[in-house]
Amino acid sequence: MTSIDIDAPGTSQLLVGNEAIARGALEAGVGFAAAYPGTPSSEILGSLAQVAKNAGIYAEWSINEMVAMEAAAGASFAGIRALAAMKQNGINVVSDFLANLVMSGIGKGGLVLVSCDDPSAISSSNEQDTRPIAQWLDIPLVEPGDFQEAKDMTKWLFDLAEELGTLCMLRSVTRIAHARGNVKLGKLPKKQHKAHFDQVHDLKNVMPTTLMPVPSSLRHYFLHVKIDKAREKFESSSFNRYVGPDKADLMVITSGNCWLYSQDAVKALGLENRVGILKLGTLWPMPEKFIRKHLGNSQKILFVEEIDPFLERSVMEIVANLPSSSPRPTFYGKRSGHINAYGELNPNMVIKAISNILLLTYQPRDVEYSKKAEASAKSNVPERSMTFCAGCPHRATFWTIKNAIKLDGRGGIVTGDIGCYSMGLGPAGFFQVRTMHCMGAGAGVANGLGKLGQFGFDQPVLAVVGDSTFYHATIPALINGIYNQSKFILVILDNSATAMTGFQPHPGTGITAMGEPTQAISMEALCRSLGARVEICDPFDLKSTTATLLEMMSEGGGAKVAIMRRQCELLRAKKEKPPYRVYVDTEKCIGEACGCDRLCTRVFLCPGLTWDKKVGKSKIDEVICNGCGVCVDICPQGAIVREAA
Amino acid sequence: MTKKRLMRDPLNLIITGVGGQGNVMISLIIGNTFVRDGYFVTIGETYGASQRGGPVMSHVRISKKTQYSPFIPDGCADIILGMEPVETLRMLGRYGNPNVITIINPRPIYSIDVTGGNAEYPDLDKLLETVKELSSQTWVINATEEAQKMGSPMFANAILIGALVGSGVLPLDKKSVGPVLRETFPKEIEANLVAFNKGIKLVRS
Repeated sequence: MTSIDIDAPGTSQLLVGNEAIARGALEAGVGFAAAYPGTPSSEILGSLAQVAKNAGIYAEWSINEMVAMEAAAGASFAGIRALAAMKQNGINVVSDFLANLVMSGIGKGGLVLVSCDDPSAISSSNEQDTRPIAQWLDIPLVEPGDFQEAKDMTKWLFDLAEELGTLCMLRSVTRIAHARGNVKLGKLPKKQHKAHFDQVHDLKNVMPTTLMPVPSSLRHYFLHVKIDKAREKFESSSFNRYVGPDKADLMVITSGNCWLYSQDAVKALGLENRVGILKLGTLWPMPEKFIRKHLGNSQKILFVEEIDPFLERSVMEIVANLPSSSPRPTFYGKRSGHINAYGELNPNMVIKAISNILLLTYQPRDVEYSKKAEASAKSNVPERSMTFCAGCPHRATFWTIKNAIKLDGRGGIVTGDIGCYSMGLGPAGFFQVRTMHCMGAGAGVANGLGKLGQFGFDQPVLAVVGDSTFYHATIPALINGIYNQSKFILVILDNSATAMTGFQPHPGTGITAMGEPTQAISMEALCRSLGARVEICDPFDLKSTTATLLEMMSEGGGAKVAIMRRQCELLRAKKEKPPYRVYVDTEKCIGEACGCDRLCTRVFLCPGLTWDKKVGKSKIDEVICNGCGVCVDICPQGAIVREAA
Repeated sequence: MTKKRLMRDPLNLIITGVGGQGNVMISLIIGNTFVRDGYFVTIGETYGASQRGGPVMSHVRISKKTQYSPFIPDGCADIILGMEPVETLRMLGRYGNPNVITIINPRPIYSIDVTGGNAEYPDLDKLLETVKELSSQTWVINATEEAQKMGSPMFANAILIGALVGSGVLPLDKKSVGPVLRETFPKEIEANLVAFNKGIKLVRS
């Protein structure tokens, strides 16, 4: 609702964490921003792209995170402040470049990397913690403890990166990135960006940006000099603070969203006078002196952090280096089992950990009420499994894949990838998908399976991938499959958008992040240019798509491509009215008496189709149905009717 | 409606329903209104993979004093705005307490587990009875039904916002919510204002 370029310094706005980060970049005078969409990071670039023209900056959706980071570094080398943003998986994609970027150093323009982690893997294939990567590659790392800090830290990080001459990283998590809170705005700079790549380097940054014949080990030494300087800066940072009594019964050491949970927990327990909180904002390098100063606040220390015991290990390392005469506190955290080493945390878990350590009982609600409420919910609330939206083309695609594999009869295998269609692992995609790892892995794994003919393997292999993922990471695997003649079908589910993350455009859409028309890269022309057989199918045409897949499975030769082309239903529904009015002809639907075993509601599982228990027949839920009309073709009785709307 | 204080600080409001119904929109409108009135607001959303068809909740935490975390601790909801019946009960089970106030839209949305025959949707009348037993005060607002009469089930959102504001449980009034509504629905503002007023009327009747 609030545009991130609103010129209202001093006012408080309700911003999503990602918008706060974007606003911080704007206040810092960022000139160049690049990203690949990935939950929970997408709104950073999304909101910057929206205001880019007005703000006089450049923002792009890059083909993948690697290119995004490299492009941002290019801008930094030419003196422009630049930002790259990605989810935790993207950090893996970009890590090879990062390991070399820290050696070269950045240009005159501050360069900031934002990583948004997803504890509990709410929208991810894993819940990887990216903090250790900063430590591993020696990248100064900060983590905002609320929405205000998300903005303020981002702004500050550009200055820091320029001062140190190295890339700086901000780590956020879903509960900051996708939560909303108050942010008091600062001023927007009236800065003219002027880009120039300096051929003769300014040696202020210790290492020039171009490759010079300086031994890597020497560059590594200079990197350590930068990290020592970062540590000095962090020692006095106001993003690190202690709140609580001078002598506490327990001290919590925490950072990020867990700082908010820790405060909630201390308040809920009424322990403000007994429990202190050491809140860290600068995480790597650790502000050792600052931490040592506060270690004596309590004999008991609880680490409250999600996923890896990053703070726990780092503080223990500091304690290990204390003189032997120093008192040793008792540590509680992941090692002791007081805090989970997997999944995200919440205030309840922190309340429980503190109560356990201090031997307190906590009862937020009446016991009798609690029993009754829990029992009622348990016995009355049905499961709500994830599924494709009503009218989603992926449901139709998986239906054709399922039927083609069945007709083929050799036990065809589907390898999966990252996107909405990952739900093909479950009932939404009729349990067709067998593997799911990272972006592009489906086609990679298919390459191996498709070469096993000499070992007696004759199962057809289908690799499903979305359109955006195709451009991101699948093209090399397809080339490999053609070059090495691996027998698989690359099934591209082309719904014209990066749908799962919020419909961002990609190279196939012909539109840029900033809304400009551009040259669309045709996936079929690209695949054909590689020599692949390419078939374009409409997944809603169930019969002909099934026949095409079946025929392609029986054909010999290397990798082939089937493009399932149908726009994402949510995108279509935003622009136009439903194409059909769909209803069940209750005369024709014979319910359980039909031999179909409730194919529409029990197997096809479109949420727009429901079962009317009272009359024992299928029914369309008009609130949910998007009017795609595909279910008409699956009913053996012809009882579902579509009329042009 | 006169300006009042929060009945508790922080005030913990849960908006719940099924992905796609519009709970994010409601939380934004309420949240923005409070921020403009000078409050701290934190909103935690279920988002992402459960965007469509899954159980969703927004935790809205409002305070005059400080920024709270985006999670309401278990058993600590003050108000639950339920856009779907079983999802309302799901929230009461975890966040309810004897003082909780509930506004509920009684229109069920069946999950694929229910339509597929792997789970049972409870009897609606009994379900509403249970919700009333677990709440100190309950308003049943036929928001979807009324919205469909207006031509689109999406008007249920504005009806429910009207009901929430009209119930008087929040220190908000038409005057403060109106401008935010206008900014949120610039194209269909007239219809949404009709829906909003309808919600106020329903909750007071």
